[in-house]
Amino acid sequence: MTAPPILEAHGVEKRFGGVRAIAGVDFALADGELRCLIGPNGAGKSTFFKMITGQLRPTAGQILFAGADITRAEAHQIGRLGIGIKNQVPDVFDGLSVRENIWLAARRADKGPRARSVADEVMARLQLADIADRPVGILAHGQRQWTEIGMVLARKPRLILLDEPSAGMSLEETNRTAALIREVNRTTTIIVVEHDMQFIRQIATKVTVFHQGRILVEDSFDRIMTDARVRDVYLGRQAAA
Amino acid sequence: MGANAASRPRAPWWFAVGIVLIAAILAPYYLVTDISDQIDISIIFVLALLALSMSFLWGYAGILSFGQTAFFGLGGYAYTVLALNLHETTFSFFAAIALTMLFAAVLGYFMIYGRISDIYLSVITLVVTLIFEKAIKSTSGDQYVIGSVRLNGQNGIPTVPSLRIPWSGTELSFDGVFILDAVLLILVYAGLRLLLTTTFGRVLVGIRENTRRIELLGYDSRRYKLGAFVISGGIAALAGVLYGVWNNFVAPEMFGLKRAAEVIVWVIVGGKSTLVGPIVGTAIVQYLQNKLGTQSVGEWLPLILGFVLILVVLLFRNGLLPGLVGGIGWAWRQVRRVA
Repeated sequence: MTAPPILEAHGVEKRFGGVRAIAGVDFALADGELRCLIGPNGAGKSTFFKMITGQLRPTAGQILFAGADITRAEAHQIGRLGIGIKNQVPDVFDGLSVRENIWLAARRADKGPRARSVADEVMARLQLADIADRPVGILAHGQRQWTEIGMVLARKPRLILLDEPSAGMSLEETNRTAALIREVNRTTTIIVVEHDMQFIRQIATKVTVFHQGRILVEDSFDRIMTDARVRDVYLGRQAAA
Repeated sequence: MGANAASRPRAPWWFAVGIVLIAAILAPYYLVTDISDQIDISIIFVLALLALSMSFLWGYAGILSFGQTAFFGLGGYAYTVLALNLHETTFSFFAAIALTMLFAAVLGYFMIYGRISDIYLSVITLVVTLIFEKAIKSTSGDQYVIGSVRLNGQNGIPTVPSLRIPWSGTELSFDGVFILDAVLLILVYAGLRLLLTTTFGRVLVGIRENTRRIELLGYDSRRYKLGAFVISGGIAALAGVLYGVWNNFVAPEMFGLKRAAEVIVWVIVGGKSTLVGPIVGTAIVQYLQNKLGTQSVGEWLPLILGFVLILVVLLFRNGLLPGLVGGIGWAWRQVRRVA
C-alpha cells in the first residue's frame, strides 16, 4: 500500500442521545481501492457512510477526503468534491423519468449537451435505455437501484459509496452488479456495504468488519472468513457450515 | 403523472400561446366590448397571477407559502406610495416589484438558509402577511406618512394613480388595463413554463421530489429554493401592483387571511400540478363568486364556495384541470376500445 489515502477517519464518533452508534473509528482507504464493509445490523456501517457524505455530522473526530477536512462540510459541498453515494433505501426522484434522474446527476458535472450524452452513455452501460422515459417510481426495486447507481456514475465521482447495492436483486442482477463494480473500480475508488457473502466473495479484496460502532478487524476476505472473532459476532454458524 | 419536469415546449404550444396573446389584445374591441365585463375579467387575470405565484412555488418547488398575499399587498402599497410621491408610474411599477422581491429575498434567506422545515415556512409566511395587515391597519393617524402620502390605516388609499403609457403620458383606459393584465398573465405563464425547462427549473423539480438526493449530487438546494421564492414573490408583487391599478385602491385586506385562503382555494381547485390549472381555478371560483354575489346568496357565499372546494378535492385529487383532462383521456380510450 504505497498509494496515499484518499479517505481518512480519525477517532470518529456519533452519539444519538445516549447511544454511541459510532464509538471511535479510525479508517484509511487507499486511492483506487475496493473495500467491503460488513458487520451485523446496527454495527454503524450506514451511519459511517452518512457521516462521510454530510448527511450526519460526527459528534467527535475528523474525516479527510483527498487531504481536505470534510468533517463539518455540507452534503452538497462533499458531493462537489467528488464523493457519490447510493443509499441503503433507493434514493431517487420517483416522479421523474430514468433519463431525467440521470441527467440531473450528469448536469452537475458537465455542461448542457455534454450532460445529455453522458446520461445516454450511462443508461446504455446499465441497460436502462429501454426504460429511459418511464417514471422511476413505477419501476421494480432492482431497476430503481440501477437508476441510483447510474446517477452516482454520471456524476463521475472519485470515491463511490454503495450501501447494499445487491439488496432486493435477483441472482442475475446481483452478478451483473458485481461485474459492474469490478469494472468501475478500474478508475474509481469504491466502498461497499453488504450482507450477501456470495456477493462479497465476487468483488472483495480487503474487508473491514464493524461491530458495535467500532472496527473489529480489517483483513483479506479469506482471512476474515476464518477469523474466530468475526465468526463469533457476525457470521456464526452460517460460515462454519 | 402529475407535475413532471417539463419537457421543451413544441411548436403547437408556441402557436397556442401566440393565438391567445393576439386574442387577448383584440378581445376588448371585438369580444368583450362591455366595460363592466372588461373590469370583471381584468381582475380575474390579476388574481390568476397571484394564484400562479403560489402554485409555481408549491407545485414545482414543493414550498407551500401561505402568505403570498404579503408580497401582493406590499407590491400594491409600494407602487401607490412611489407613484403618489414621484408623480410617475412606469418607474414606480418596476421599483415596487423590485422592492418587494428584495423583501422576499431577505425573508426567504432567513427561512431557507436557516433550514427551517417546510411546515414552519408555511406558518411563518402566513404570520408575516397577518402582521402586515395589522401594522397597516394601525396607521390611521396623521403621523403615518411616507413622503406626501398618508397610509390611512384600515380605510386604505383610494387615490392609487392609474398607469400612464411611457412618454405619451396618456392614462390607460379600461380596455388598456384589460390588455395589459391579459398580456402580463400570458407572459408570466409562458416565462414560468420555459423556466421549468432550464437546469434551474429541473433542479427545482428535483428538490420537490427528493431534496436529499439533490444535495448529494452536489446542488446547493437552498440557492434554488431562494431563487424560486424570490421569483414567486415578484409575481405576487406584480399582481399587487395591477390590483391597485385596477380599482385605484389599496387596502389592508390585500394582506388579510381571507385573501390568503382564497389563493389556496384557487390553486387547489385548479390543480397545482400544471401552470394552467390555477389560472382556470381562479377563473371558475371568481366567476362563481361574482354570479352568486348578484343572486342575493349573500351570507351563504362562503359556505357554497367551501362546498365547491370539498367537492373538487373529493372528486379530483389533483385538481379540476388535471382531473378533467385525465377523465377525457380515459373516456376517449373507452370509446376507441368499443369502436
